[in-house]
Amino acid sequence: MTALANHAPVLLIAAPLFAAFAAPLVGKLGERVRMAFTVAIMGITGCLAGLLAATLYAQGAAPIVYVLGGQIPLPSGLAVPIRIMLEVDGLSAFMVLLTALVGIAAVCYNISYRRGRSGGAFYDSLTFLLLAGVFGLVQTGDLFNFFVFLEVTSIAACALIGFRTWRNRSAEAAFKVMALYTLSGLFVLLAVGLLYGQHGGLNIAYLASSVRGAAIDRVALALLLTGLAMKAGAVPMHMWAPEAYGEAPASAAMVLVANSQASLYGLFRVLFTLYGMSIGTTAIGWILIVLALATIVVGVTMALIQKDIKRLIAFGAVSQIGYMLLAVGVGFAVLATRPAFGLTAITGGIFHMVNDIACIGLLFLGAGVIVRASGTRDLNAMGGLAHDLRATTVLFAIGAFALAGVPPLNGFASKLLIYESTFQLSPVLAVIAVVGSIFLLAVFLRVFQAAFLGPRLLRGVTPVPVTMTIAMAFLAAVVIGFGLFPGFFIDKIVAPAANALWQGQSGYIAAVMGG
Amino acid sequence: MSAVGSLPFVVSMLLVILGLYALLFKRNLIKMVIGVSLIETGVNLFLVTLGYRTAGVAPIYTYAPATTVRVLPTPQALTLTSIVIGLATTALLLSFAVLIYRHYGTLDVSKIKELRG
Repeated sequence: MTALANHAPVLLIAAPLFAAFAAPLVGKLGERVRMAFTVAIMGITGCLAGLLAATLYAQGAAPIVYVLGGQIPLPSGLAVPIRIMLEVDGLSAFMVLLTALVGIAAVCYNISYRRGRSGGAFYDSLTFLLLAGVFGLVQTGDLFNFFVFLEVTSIAACALIGFRTWRNRSAEAAFKVMALYTLSGLFVLLAVGLLYGQHGGLNIAYLASSVRGAAIDRVALALLLTGLAMKAGAVPMHMWAPEAYGEAPASAAMVLVANSQASLYGLFRVLFTLYGMSIGTTAIGWILIVLALATIVVGVTMALIQKDIKRLIAFGAVSQIGYMLLAVGVGFAVLATRPAFGLTAITGGIFHMVNDIACIGLLFLGAGVIVRASGTRDLNAMGGLAHDLRATTVLFAIGAFALAGVPPLNGFASKLLIYESTFQLSPVLAVIAVVGSIFLLAVFLRVFQAAFLGPRLLRGVTPVPVTMTIAMAFLAAVVIGFGLFPGFFIDKIVAPAANALWQGQSGYIAAVMGG
Repeated sequence: MSAVGSLPFVVSMLLVILGLYALLFKRNLIKMVIGVSLIETGVNLFLVTLGYRTAGVAPIYTYAPATTVRVLPTPQALTLTSIVIGLATTALLLSFAVLIYRHYGTLDVSKIKELRG
């Protein structure tokens, strides 16, 4: 057990990566074998994620460092750690748990999603590749490997967006997204090159200990912020997001949102751990806040006018990225003076990540069921689905209300923290955030009314496979559980993550560089 | 820092800017892919230039004389990895371009109406 716990960081990447390449081969043995295989691998991955997080929480705040082919601390006489390493702190563990949650829901949903249709093995393969990339992205302690995993997720994500090659729009969306993802990846690589040229190292902890905010460091920061904000889908680089989430198959759209959040994780890691106090945090924090407010406003307004159910949810997802950015931006802006509400803001932002993925995932899966059952994505053409899809109606309602921040569901718990803390920096921020939520509630009430209520418009609705309902029920359980017991979850998993950002920089550096 | 002067850095940045121009302002999908490829090349050239040392030798322990400058091979390793990733992204982009051509019979972005909005 301890050996397994020691190697959990690398096994978390290895298991989905193995599944990604083995799935098409295992698929030759038959559909049932492949399904058992994907469920087994995802089960193992979920257990590893839990084990890793439990190990980290048991040992307090100190990060876990896993070195591939080398040792840490460095032998005497060496000052620069040239090592391939994974470094897991509270924030990484939080992201690992979030990714495992998404993976379990996606695999469960996929079991019947592609049954009897061609290409199921490749769909599973790409899903696992994307998960492996995200697991790597959130654990790596090396800036160049960060770029590599970023590109792994880009390639897998775009292949999933363009998966339905028979649809016109899939290929278009995939091309557009791939060009943007590649551009954002190259910005990151250029920044990595600049930092390497300036400091002679690639290790995040080493770089963090030697970054002093020189001109080159600032250029690199600008490139990293642009690249990662682009990939996270923040305004003004959000154009790809509705295309991507709208065109990807339902479960892939959910994993894509997790991928965007992993880019957001990268942004937070760069700001708080790599740069921290070496740059003017107030100015950068306010840039993030302005971007975040624009993201909320644009996301909600565009959601209001959509007729296509998946694009509508996609714009909702864009607006939620704004809430996370807003909260953490507020935290970063006040990092120099460290008032108590800064930590509250970061806690709210981090907590909102898991809440968002649970309810947005639930909505995307619900939309997938609706589209599958009714055969249309146009909100004006559907109606009265509550007569046929009883379970989906209830589950979709839970997701919609949670996303809009209605108590006692989980979206309310984290949004309340965000409202409270941003209000203390400037009341305007909280007002915009609250108004955004109210509009979002209106949007989803309209969706709910259009799709589920009213007389039965559609005949011959396809019944929903039971595994899809299980996947949605799992996410709904998360939504309700986190909403009813927010204190417990904040205490156990969110507080370590928020502390890792708020005051974890020295611990992160010390774990690699020594006292 | 390396002793090659600033010319290679200027050239690599020119390639990046040229690529960005092609990506943003060209309407042909293949030309856009070429633009992405140019940015990649520019960044790779930048990485290779970072690793250059005048009169440096390959860091093979038994082979290099102890007195000479030995080159740290990290930038070369980065560049190789980045080239491989670039190949994968270019292949994927081109295959999407092929699919788009099959659906619409054109590679001109302005004629593919659904791409807007």
